[in-house]
Amino acid sequence: MLAQFLQFLYSGMTVGSAYALAALGFTIIYNTSGVINFAQGEFIMLGGMLAALLSAGGMPLPLAIIIAVLITGAVGLVMEKAVIEPARDAQVVTLIIITIGASLTIRGLVQVWLGKGTHALAPFSGDAPINFLGASLLPQSLWVLGVTLLIVGALAWFFGRTLLGKAMLATSNNRLAAQLVGIDTRRVLLLSFGLAALLGAVGGILVAPITYTSYDAGIMLGLKGFVAAVLGGLGGGVGAVVGGLILGIAESMTAGYISSSYKDAVPFVLILLILFFMPRGLFGAKISERV
Amino acid sequence: MFKKTLLFAALALAAATSFAAETIKIGSVLSVSGPAAFLGDPELKTLQLYVEKINAAGGVLGRKLELVHYDDGSDAAKANSFTKRLLESDKVNVLIGGTTTGATMAMAPLVERAKVPFISLAGAVVVIDPVKKWVFKTPHTDRMAAEKVFEDMKKRGISKVGLLSETSGFGASGRKETQAVAARYGITLVADETYGPKDTDTTAQLTRIKNAPGLQAVFVFGLGQGPAIVTKNYGQLGMAKVPMYQSHGVASNEYLKLSGKAAEGVRLPTPALLIANALPASDAQKAIVTSYDKAYRDRYKDEPSTFGGYALDALNLSVDAIRRAGSTDGEKVRAALETTKGFVGTTGVFNMSPKDHMGLDLSAFRMVEVKNGDWQLLK
Repeated sequence: MLAQFLQFLYSGMTVGSAYALAALGFTIIYNTSGVINFAQGEFIMLGGMLAALLSAGGMPLPLAIIIAVLITGAVGLVMEKAVIEPARDAQVVTLIIITIGASLTIRGLVQVWLGKGTHALAPFSGDAPINFLGASLLPQSLWVLGVTLLIVGALAWFFGRTLLGKAMLATSNNRLAAQLVGIDTRRVLLLSFGLAALLGAVGGILVAPITYTSYDAGIMLGLKGFVAAVLGGLGGGVGAVVGGLILGIAESMTAGYISSSYKDAVPFVLILLILFFMPRGLFGAKISERV
Repeated sequence: MFKKTLLFAALALAAATSFAAETIKIGSVLSVSGPAAFLGDPELKTLQLYVEKINAAGGVLGRKLELVHYDDGSDAAKANSFTKRLLESDKVNVLIGGTTTGATMAMAPLVERAKVPFISLAGAVVVIDPVKKWVFKTPHTDRMAAEKVFEDMKKRGISKVGLLSETSGFGASGRKETQAVAARYGITLVADETYGPKDTDTTAQLTRIKNAPGLQAVFVFGLGQGPAIVTKNYGQLGMAKVPMYQSHGVASNEYLKLSGKAAEGVRLPTPALLIANALPASDAQKAIVTSYDKAYRDRYKDEPSTFGGYALDALNLSVDAIRRAGSTDGEKVRAALETTKGFVGTTGVFNMSPKDHMGLDLSAFRMVEVKNGDWQLLK
């Protein structure tokens, strides 16, 4: 009985940490611009695809990972320069729609250039499952969880302790005021896209050995990552991670104890409940609007 | 002298008319882009390659073939409007296509009304059951895959099976057919779980199946990367002692590549094309599958898929019917198609009849087992 419960829990944690990584990317861009970047899933896909193809082409895994992360980061910067910046005075909704367009473009280009096949990436430390109290866990899941926590810590330090991080937060709070105190808000937005793309790529590479990757892998991860981000309040790293884990574990518990047919309804039920009863998410800041 | 001139003139005239003879128009609506692109893409490539080959070899009835193609983008509504265009303005002689069951069913009423022979490339039984006068199909049905698997299970004395199917159209239809034929083979389904096509972990479902009382084997019905994830999770949970069966949906080398060592011992039904090189020389299909395999690789530097094979069979069946009918008259070609007997294709040996517009039996599927990272034909 316990073994079964633990198995469902591990399954949920594995999936949930992938959602959490996707959610982190959403929160970074939201933090600096208020924009939900729907191309976040595409950054995840790009990281995984590039790393898988480079390492399949004979490149050593660490080098393939670094190059894949850098290329994806560059794609994030180019995307901001090419499509977001020219429209920076537009409304947030317009920008969100632009990101949807960008995501379709990236997905289409990958489909044409890298093909429609599914690719595998070798696990970082073997694929012998680790047994714990009768349930089993893949070593790669620990990698995903560990790196996710590391990233959350790094982000907390970045936004809380560094000048650049504080500048980014300031920009999101009030762009005009940030400009007045000398922050180059244009550069901040550019950086946030680059950073989100880097993070997405890292996430995509970490989960690729578990989930495989293909040109359309970003759709599902992007969507579930968005749900996780909203669940966590779209603010900080902790919220994103908790949101992702709750979502993943709720899904696998539903599949395990109720029926796998209802599993995919879980994120949508959760997001409805959250929007009805806690519109700011589990960890959202309480903001009082001045009238 | 006069006689000779006359003969010459007649010959010249004959040559001229045959030269100017109208092309035979093969219409096709395939899902070359969109979610079903992995099916439609090799189908179109195969049609293009073989129309070229047939024309280079002199065409059919002294006339050239002309492929008129539209991409429905995996959208059944578009398949319907392109079919209208093919029938009304392109005036095609034969129609090949409907990559998916949805597209095929959207096209079928139109060809029935226009009375044009139509060969579908979709899997589900509904395409030909009940029989529609003008609709034929080349792929095996999912029901046959389930039957083939149960046949093998029976031989091994397995009667309690856990079913794990995908929530995609392919998996859902497979689940329905599996449930329908299980009793006939004395099989009880002790578990019935599903997973989504884009799911990244299925250990929760597999744990439930593992705990089902009396479980002797697991049958997975899915397509693409999902079954590979299931296979890997299967190994992770230490279920390798329980035999695993997959459907023909994973009959591609990509499955082997993705699931690696975890796939050892997995059994599945597959068309002959997948194991072209392993077939004995005495096999009726050996010649056609090896020549298709080679032609496709030479041209596209890619491995052919069974889906492309469905398209090749559809093209060859129509050409064969037109030759036997001696004309492109719709009714005559249809009648010839319906009387196809012993036609060897990549998918199997076709024996059509007014009651059976697919014409394949279970021998079209071969049971294979994964051994040392490769397919091994089971006797």
